[in-house]
Amino acid sequence: MANTLALRVNGRDVEVHFDDPDMPLLYALRDELGLHGPRFGCGLGQCGACTVHVDGKPARACITPVSALAAGQSVLTLEGLGTPERPHKIQQAFIDEQAVQCGYCINGMIMQSAALLETQPSPSESDIRAALAQNLCRCGTHQRIVRAVARAARA
Amino acid sequence: MNQMLSRRTLLQAAGALVVSFTLVPRGADAKTVAADEVDAFLAIDTQGLVTVYSGKVDLGTGVRTALTQIAAEELDVPLARVNVIEGDTALTPDQGPTYGSLSIQNGGMQIRRAAATARAALLRLAAARLGVSEADLLTADGAVRPRAGGEGIGYGALIGAGGFALKLDKDAPAKSPDSYRVVGTSVARLDIPDKVTGRFTFMQDVRVDGMVHARVVRPPALGATLLEVDETSVQAIPGMIKVVRVGSFLAIVAESEWGAIRGARALKARWSDWQGLPEQARLWEHVRATKVVKDDVTSDVGNAPAALAAGAKRLAATYDFPIHTHGSIGPSCAVAELRDGRLTVWTASQMTHALRKQIAAMLGMKPDDVRCIYVEGAGCYGRNGHEDAAGDAALLARETGRPVRVQWSRADEHGWDPKGPPTLIDLEAALDADGNVTAWHSNFFVPQGAAGNVPLVAADLAGLTHETAMAPGNIIQNSALPYAFPAIRTVCHRLETTPFRPSWIRTPGRMQNTYANECFLDELAAAAGADAIALRRRYLKDPRGLELIERLVALSKWQPRPSPARGQAGAIQRGRGVSYVKYELVRTYIGAVAEVEVDRASGRIHVARVFVAHDCGQIINPDGLRNQIEGNVIQTVSRVLKEELTFDRGAVTSLDWASYPILTFPEAPEVVIDLIDRPAEKPWGAGEPSAAVIPAAISNAVFDATGVRLRSVPFTPARVKSALGTI
Ligand code: FES
Ligand code: FES
Repeated sequence: MANTLALRVNGRDVEVHFDDPDMPLLYALRDELGLHGPRFGCGLGQCGACTVHVDGKPARACITPVSALAAGQSVLTLEGLGTPERPHKIQQAFIDEQAVQCGYCINGMIMQSAALLETQPSPSESDIRAALAQNLCRCGTHQRIVRAVARAARA
Repeated sequence: MNQMLSRRTLLQAAGALVVSFTLVPRGADAKTVAADEVDAFLAIDTQGLVTVYSGKVDLGTGVRTALTQIAAEELDVPLARVNVIEGDTALTPDQGPTYGSLSIQNGGMQIRRAAATARAALLRLAAARLGVSEADLLTADGAVRPRAGGEGIGYGALIGAGGFALKLDKDAPAKSPDSYRVVGTSVARLDIPDKVTGRFTFMQDVRVDGMVHARVVRPPALGATLLEVDETSVQAIPGMIKVVRVGSFLAIVAESEWGAIRGARALKARWSDWQGLPEQARLWEHVRATKVVKDDVTSDVGNAPAALAAGAKRLAATYDFPIHTHGSIGPSCAVAELRDGRLTVWTASQMTHALRKQIAAMLGMKPDDVRCIYVEGAGCYGRNGHEDAAGDAALLARETGRPVRVQWSRADEHGWDPKGPPTLIDLEAALDADGNVTAWHSNFFVPQGAAGNVPLVAADLAGLTHETAMAPGNIIQNSALPYAFPAIRTVCHRLETTPFRPSWIRTPGRMQNTYANECFLDELAAAAGADAIALRRRYLKDPRGLELIERLVALSKWQPRPSPARGQAGAIQRGRGVSYVKYELVRTYIGAVAEVEVDRASGRIHVARVFVAHDCGQIINPDGLRNQIEGNVIQTVSRVLKEELTFDRGAVTSLDWASYPILTFPEAPEVVIDLIDRPAEKPWGAGEPSAAVIPAAISNAVFDATGVRLRSVPFTPARVKSALGTI
């Protein structure tokens, strides 16, 4: 692999290696770092399944070329947010509301709403819906997801 | 027998999670998968841990938790001591594909029977061991104990390392529902903590040692054949392993996933021209002109043609329902490895046992040499692309000699998963002078075929052995009516072909048929000046159905009056619509009321709320059931308002979420559910039924709001506006 990039992923210093600077970050996270949180849904920036935070801001890893990142930038994935043993309050709220069907989209839902609550700690229901308007769920879990985010906001 | 169990272990290897599955012995040592053997369904180890082997799989609906509950309940063991292994052809019995809302109704009941048989055997063993009568013993907490108190014996100690070696006993005493502690409660889904923290292993996460990555390169037109490939076009891409070409099957194999993607994009190939699809704008003419190979008369009561002719008022209408794609949010993926003449395929297939035979046939192997192992993928609502990705991976494993992971792109998924076929329905009915329905005659135009194996894309493109019959699912169900009209004739004209490889998508046929039936019934109610629910009650003779309607009326606060609602001023018109069905006329009862707002200027329909009354008999997990119903409702609102496959003469053109939009958060309705629990009854299916009533409830609500009848799904703003313009 011709290129190397030093990143901070979920609080750990890591190096990712790549030949093609256009390679999306998603493949570095999933294939090189073995992370399962960010998911491949469309590769087109349309569904949100791949969402991570780059320096605290939500980003679609499927359309973020590795070359767009600078050395030392920090990336947070679903794994870095919390664990089954120590879930983040949003993850806990998704558990409490049983806001999952297949769960494939849920990475995006949680990462996007975690970012929402950072900037807007008490969103209304329509704020939540608007914030998730570009995140797709095929199972129809919308009602529970909205409730989970509202619950997390109250927590 | 515990040593024989295959355990999935997660290995941390080279920074990536690698899933490994131990080899399973074959021949005399193999675990039985015979569906009449207790040992096929469950095993208890010396520690008393229970492993349930389920041929039905969790497609993202939580059925695994429900099956765990059923087994724990019937065996009287704590939930935490039950583990479920799903859909592994070497380990789990063939319980048929996971479709048709049968996982609990059939699959779960087989597991319940196996557990009841096992529990009876454990009681017998303990009675002999303790020298007491079985009547003096009880089972609790994974042990058999004297009723009088005192030391019991744990199941692990009773059964030891041996199996039960018993046939399923249909007379084994099942626990009385009165004594249930776990079934009927909202046990939290077992998979959710891992799924919300990234610890869950989806199919798309499976990695095996030495694995390489592939992308398929499909023909630009469905029937095009591959003429020429320019391999030099991908030579410069680092990590390129091979361009695989078998007939018109084409794929790129590379060391890295991104390398495979780049290769698939860069590969230059020449294909023949093919224009075999009908013109989309004339799809319904095409369907009507397709040769009918047989008629299925699904009900025939009285003399419908004569009664129609004699009616005081006659109505006729045509409904159509477009071609839909499954649209799983994660495109299909599979991993296959061929080693020492044995093929292992990791797949999210809903039918691993059938898939194994399909793959064996494609590759000319013995089915015994193929093992398919289920790993959960993104939500699956019918036969989508999973099996095809598995076929791709199997063929590529053979062609490369390496373990191969095939990940479909979004365009592969939207373009090449099998489709829900187009459905066209003509209806006629008559009313007498008092507004009674005197005749009903419907004609459905749907492809021939039933449920079965959908041919694998890889086998088709490569010219290898594959099925040639169509398998659209059991799509003639619910063409007949749950109502007792004096004269009824319902006929399904089975078409020789349909434009795209068909398969089933959630509620196949039952959705389309119920949509037409329940909309047209609403037309009759309006023509008779009757309340839509009153008209249904008049012809519904089934007390359980009538009770459900009562509950729905109360839940939705239904006000009896004819439609449309009169006197609405303003830009937004509101309406409510009802729809009812008894699923396949033999099981789950469902009714829905939709409340809609129609924006006359934009033509936008907002489905604000949907009320659902649901009776599927015994409920295993009420919250799980609600989750499933909410999903059915919201997904179907999406299908009805927005979804329609688009295509040109050669291929699908709706290849992403921009061209095949689905419902978004601001558009999703509130779903309000009333569950009718009947613990003493059989549990019926719930995976599909509630979806069946949604399209008509919406169309009827739009009529109530606007006086305009929508008969063509999807109800897009453009269609609504043009319909409103014709008032
Ligand atoms: S996978 Fe990145 S937006 Fe869909
Ligand atoms: S839960 Fe399955 S796609 Fe959202």
